[in-house]
Amino acid sequence: MKTELTRQQYLDLYYYMRLNRAVEDTMVKLFRQNKIVGGLYSSLGQEAISVGTAYALEKKDWLAPMIRNIGALLVKGVPPRDVFMQHMAKYDSPTKGKDGTSHFGDLEKLHIVSPISMLGDLIPVMTGVAMAGRYLGQKIVTMTWIGDGGSSTGVFHEGLNFAATQKAPFVLILENNLWAYSTPVKRQVPLENLSDRAKAYGISSYSIDGNDVVEVFTTAREAVARARAGEGPILIEAKSFRRLGHAQHDPAEYVPKDMRAYWEARDPITLYEKFLMSKKLLDAKGEKDVEQKIEALLATERDFAENSPMPPPEFAATGVYCTGDDCHKIAPRWERPISEVTPPKSSVKPVWTVEGFGSGKSSGGAHAPIHFGDTKPNLEAETPGTAATKSNGSKPAAKSTGKKAAKPAAVSPARKGRV
Amino acid sequence: MAEANGTQITFLEAIKQAMFEEMERDPAVVLLGEDVGVYGGAFKTSEGLLERFGWERVIDTPISESAIIGAACGMSYAGLRPIAELQFIDFIVCAFNQITNFVAKGHYLWNAPAPMVMRGPAGGFVHGGPFHSANPEMYFVHTPGLKVIYPSTPYDAKGLLKAAVRDNNPVLFFEHKYLYRRIKGEVPAEDYTVPIGKAIVRREGKHLTIVSYAAMMHTSLEAAEALAKEGIEAEVIDLRTLLPLDEETILQSVKKTNKCLVVHEDTKTGGIAGEIAAILCEKAFGDLDGPLMRVTALDTPVPYSPPLEEYFLPNAKKVFDAAKQLARY
Repeated sequence: MKTELTRQQYLDLYYYMRLNRAVEDTMVKLFRQNKIVGGLYSSLGQEAISVGTAYALEKKDWLAPMIRNIGALLVKGVPPRDVFMQHMAKYDSPTKGKDGTSHFGDLEKLHIVSPISMLGDLIPVMTGVAMAGRYLGQKIVTMTWIGDGGSSTGVFHEGLNFAATQKAPFVLILENNLWAYSTPVKRQVPLENLSDRAKAYGISSYSIDGNDVVEVFTTAREAVARARAGEGPILIEAKSFRRLGHAQHDPAEYVPKDMRAYWEARDPITLYEKFLMSKKLLDAKGEKDVEQKIEALLATERDFAENSPMPPPEFAATGVYCTGDDCHKIAPRWERPISEVTPPKSSVKPVWTVEGFGSGKSSGGAHAPIHFGDTKPNLEAETPGTAATKSNGSKPAAKSTGKKAAKPAAVSPARKGRV
Repeated sequence: MAEANGTQITFLEAIKQAMFEEMERDPAVVLLGEDVGVYGGAFKTSEGLLERFGWERVIDTPISESAIIGAACGMSYAGLRPIAELQFIDFIVCAFNQITNFVAKGHYLWNAPAPMVMRGPAGGFVHGGPFHSANPEMYFVHTPGLKVIYPSTPYDAKGLLKAAVRDNNPVLFFEHKYLYRRIKGEVPAEDYTVPIGKAIVRREGKHLTIVSYAAMMHTSLEAAEALAKEGIEAEVIDLRTLLPLDEETILQSVKKTNKCLVVHEDTKTGGIAGEIAAILCEKAFGDLDGPLMRVTALDTPVPYSPPLEEYFLPNAKKVFDAAKQLARY
């Protein structure tokens, strides 16, 4: 694996990890001032994963964060004010107060899909984005994250299996932070390496130190390149530790002291600073510069967020449906000739194949047997009314006298109990 | 409205034609589901689509409803207009979370339209048993953000499915499997759509209004003919779309007839009849000369054995009897 990075890459990773932590530190302050109306979920100690993986994506690629992936959003280009306002439920936030935390997206510019709280659902969704991107010729890769806890959901397996059968250009980051709320990973998954799950889907995987941002980035970069090249989905297990509770309310007293001490001594930012200094990529002045730059940025961003209004109450009643082209003009971005996917060319081999499956021709015909009810269709015999009961001799449902539309043929499924 | 060209096609053929024509018209339309490709679908609704449109657009999937719906949603975010087939609509509940929490809420929460269709065969009368006969439409009618369609004729099935594919919202499209090959109807030769959210008066009458949809629409028409012989003229409304519900057509009819009977194959408690009763109480209380009555399936799972299933389901006699009782008010 190529492990050398450019100076700029090394410094970007540092900047974004520091920014990630500073944004979350700011939100802890806002939370304590009662300015965050809902929960606050920390990624303290896991910044190397969010930043290192998202940094491996190209601008055109898509990602979908989980609750602890604020760092990935920042790398993708989300301004800190959006993160603050989401948590503060402000009208200028990306969801205008309709949802909080990292639950927002941007289909058009940044290519971010919003998460929902139910874990695992993003896996098939990002598989679908990846399939669409391939179909449209965009050569994109999609990425999402899942926790050790979320890897037990049914949709995790359904999604990853489907991605594998489709060879979708999709990278899944499994953040193993050892805790699913209060339950330790050993009670969730009987595996030493959660990357072993990949074997079940016949896909490639890695298990890496999630607190080493260089290892995270170089692994993700390789996985993204392999997925883009058509190798199919790839699973990366990044081992780390959730330093705070599930959310702000949770003191996490269930975590053994020695476990916490071990991981606190392996803080990803501190480790990386030592590394950068040993490589002479950073000195005390450089560190101070980064700190001041972030401080200045966040002061402005926080100011903007605090001054944003709350949404007007009646806004709650709007926006359930897309009202049409005036609301959203939906048009895929084709980056391959459309003639490749329209007849007659569409009937030839696709850009990916599954060996040994099918002939490309379907079977049966207009009168082929169907699953239930009328494997031998006989319209005459089946038409009710032809055997109307004697009670009143009523005729079958006659022609519709409806104003418009085609007239339904006489049919009523009530074969017994006819009037 | 487009003129019919005189071609009689089955309900099943209408579904197939709609998908074929939409895929022909727009390369953003793709189909995915279990056995939709090589096999042409368990009910042969996608017969021939693979040959025409190829592997990239007709996608056989694993047995993973959440993955099918989730992937369709992701495709729609990238600008495609996927049609996701549920092999039997009963299995849609395997993707319940994906549909109700992910797909349905996206536009409201983060301005993400999901132009996708989820369609599949529904309903009883074919002895499919408790897991192949369901009418789970009301789970989804209770979910803001979705549209729910349940047509009764080949004309509407084709026109509404085309409209669903072109809609920018997630649309659930229920196909009554009893109707697939037992009903024929005319469709126009040229392209047409039927508007989502509009009911239609199938039979005009003045003594009472029967509101129904899907297979029960035909049962209601049969009952209405029998009622006519006894001097009772029932107006029969076919809802066609359940969400959004066309309140106006119901209210107008009840204003004229002053009585309303709702007939649905779905179970009674929580069925659309309850919602229509509430709407009439709120908006047409003064128009009513009798109670809202319901003819529905029993509040049980769908039983397998024919005598049990027939007892469970509504039929024309039950509709006839209820309508006669209502007409006496």
